[in-house]
Amino acid sequence: MVDTRYSTEFTLYPYNKQAAPSARQPVVIIGAGPIGLVLALDLGQKGTPVLVLDDHEGPGQGSKAICFSKRTLDIAHRLGAAVPMVEKGVVWQVGKVFHGQDKLFEFNLLPEQGHRNPAFINLQQPLFEKYLHDAVVAAQSGRAPIEIRGRNRVTAIADQGAFVTLDVQTPDGPYQLEADYLVACDGARSPSRDMLGLSFDGRVFQDNFLIADVRMKADFPTERWFWFQPPFEGAGQSALLHKQPDDIWRIDLQLGWEIDRAHELDAARIRNRVDAMLSSQTGTIPDYELVWTSIYTFQCRRMQDFRAGRVFFAGDAAHQVSPFGARGANSGLQDAENLAWRLDLVCKGIAAPDLLDHYCTEREFAADENILNSSRATDFMTPKTDVSRQFRDAVLHLAGRHAFARPFVNSGRLSVPCIYDGFAGFGPDALNGPAVTRPGAACPDAPVADGFLLDHLRAGFTLLVLGDGVAEPVTAAGVTAHIVHIPTPTPALAARYLGDYSHAVYLIRPDQHVIARWPDFDANSIANALRATLGQEAAHGADT
Amino acid sequence: MALILDPNIADPDGFYDTLLAAHDGLSAAESADFNARLILILANHIGDRVILTEALLAASD
Repeated sequence: MVDTRYSTEFTLYPYNKQAAPSARQPVVIIGAGPIGLVLALDLGQKGTPVLVLDDHEGPGQGSKAICFSKRTLDIAHRLGAAVPMVEKGVVWQVGKVFHGQDKLFEFNLLPEQGHRNPAFINLQQPLFEKYLHDAVVAAQSGRAPIEIRGRNRVTAIADQGAFVTLDVQTPDGPYQLEADYLVACDGARSPSRDMLGLSFDGRVFQDNFLIADVRMKADFPTERWFWFQPPFEGAGQSALLHKQPDDIWRIDLQLGWEIDRAHELDAARIRNRVDAMLSSQTGTIPDYELVWTSIYTFQCRRMQDFRAGRVFFAGDAAHQVSPFGARGANSGLQDAENLAWRLDLVCKGIAAPDLLDHYCTEREFAADENILNSSRATDFMTPKTDVSRQFRDAVLHLAGRHAFARPFVNSGRLSVPCIYDGFAGFGPDALNGPAVTRPGAACPDAPVADGFLLDHLRAGFTLLVLGDGVAEPVTAAGVTAHIVHIPTPTPALAARYLGDYSHAVYLIRPDQHVIARWPDFDANSIANALRATLGQEAAHGADT
Repeated sequence: MALILDPNIADPDGFYDTLLAAHDGLSAAESADFNARLILILANHIGDRVILTEALLAASD
């Protein structure tokens, strides 16, 4: 039997009895959540067969993660899933921060024009997963080798050295599976992690947050409103109001540590709190329906190593942060795209397995950055000592009066992609170009004559040639960097990629991160940069 | 530029007096809040992270 642990929002991958024993799989993914689906799509579209196992048949109920960042949408767009997300999602970029009754300030996330995707959308997680699954179905009909098996629960994992064996339970009984590589995308409570006896250490924050998603017709603007010391009764230490599609509003209240969870989840009690909050804003209590409620606590922690032999961990299974800053699912998608091209090249025999180790070094660094940002936000929102409360209150007091104090106010630093400064496999930076496009950075989007730049950075390694110049594809270490030539860059593209130069050549990874850049095409230097990225020593003497 | 640890305020007695007078009538908690605001205002005016770090070290010495 496969127990039902939660109710699902949609049935996306219904159980099918396996007809024949399964052959050895190149890649098995545990968990068809956002991270597992993105990894499966990316691998499948590159032609590497991938099998996803999930113990349910669709996403769980509850809106859960609701804020999806521009980088997430850029990744989803590359995989063919982002258009319906942006159409359905609530686009927002203005946030307002209040202290009691007073508005301290407001911010605008993306005043910069010339990006296909907005800074953020709000979208219920089950819908986000559904659109990813729609893209999987579309890819399957285009013969991408992706298979998802619902109600297939992994009950044991054994690393045999040369491969991994999995015991899988289904409604028709158990079976065994072999995989070259296994990726656990099974969430913060990752059963895979427990099966392998791996620890997950970090900091527990002593606070409880109440989520109440309500459906109502209200004319609040599409903005993120955040209160420190909210002026309405029962809201605790902080409150958040944020819009989702379908007239649903996310309300998040900070209740403190010493609470009776069961008591606080009583619907009448939640309604009292929501009534007080909404009536303080509108003067009356609007008609509303409680759609989903939940109380959560959180931790900031990560696995010591995102790899254990042939098993990799991605997303919440590998690292967990507080929700402030939307650094959970968004960073998990960056894990998936970082791992996908490496697994693809290793499974095809093009790159040595060492390439996979750099997934860990890069994404462990990114997890530390996210945990740092998330911990700082949490420390600001829930001061732990008298003196930290004094400074917090001093910041809030001053922020309403003086601009200098506003950057200290921290209700979450919103997710941006990590830049891999100084990591192996990047460089050289032979162009004294803009900092936003330095080696290690994810390529920012920009308009081009026929759409947007990122549309041209879809598969494999790219040589982006801007302005006048002669270039040809470069092959090294078994891969070829193909040319994308944009002779007359738009002003926004020039500002982001050229700076004071009239021409440049960028070498870009399959996950749209800049490897290296030069003012002019230099085949030897490009070949060496490719070898370094793929973990091969640069060919000494080749470029002398 | 380094953190100035030599005398730098004209009329030190007058400034000291003004500093204490600003706390007149404040409770211990209000004084702590006042000091926190003052530190943030002065820190922002200095701005230079190197000097601020030197100041933090000098204060803990």
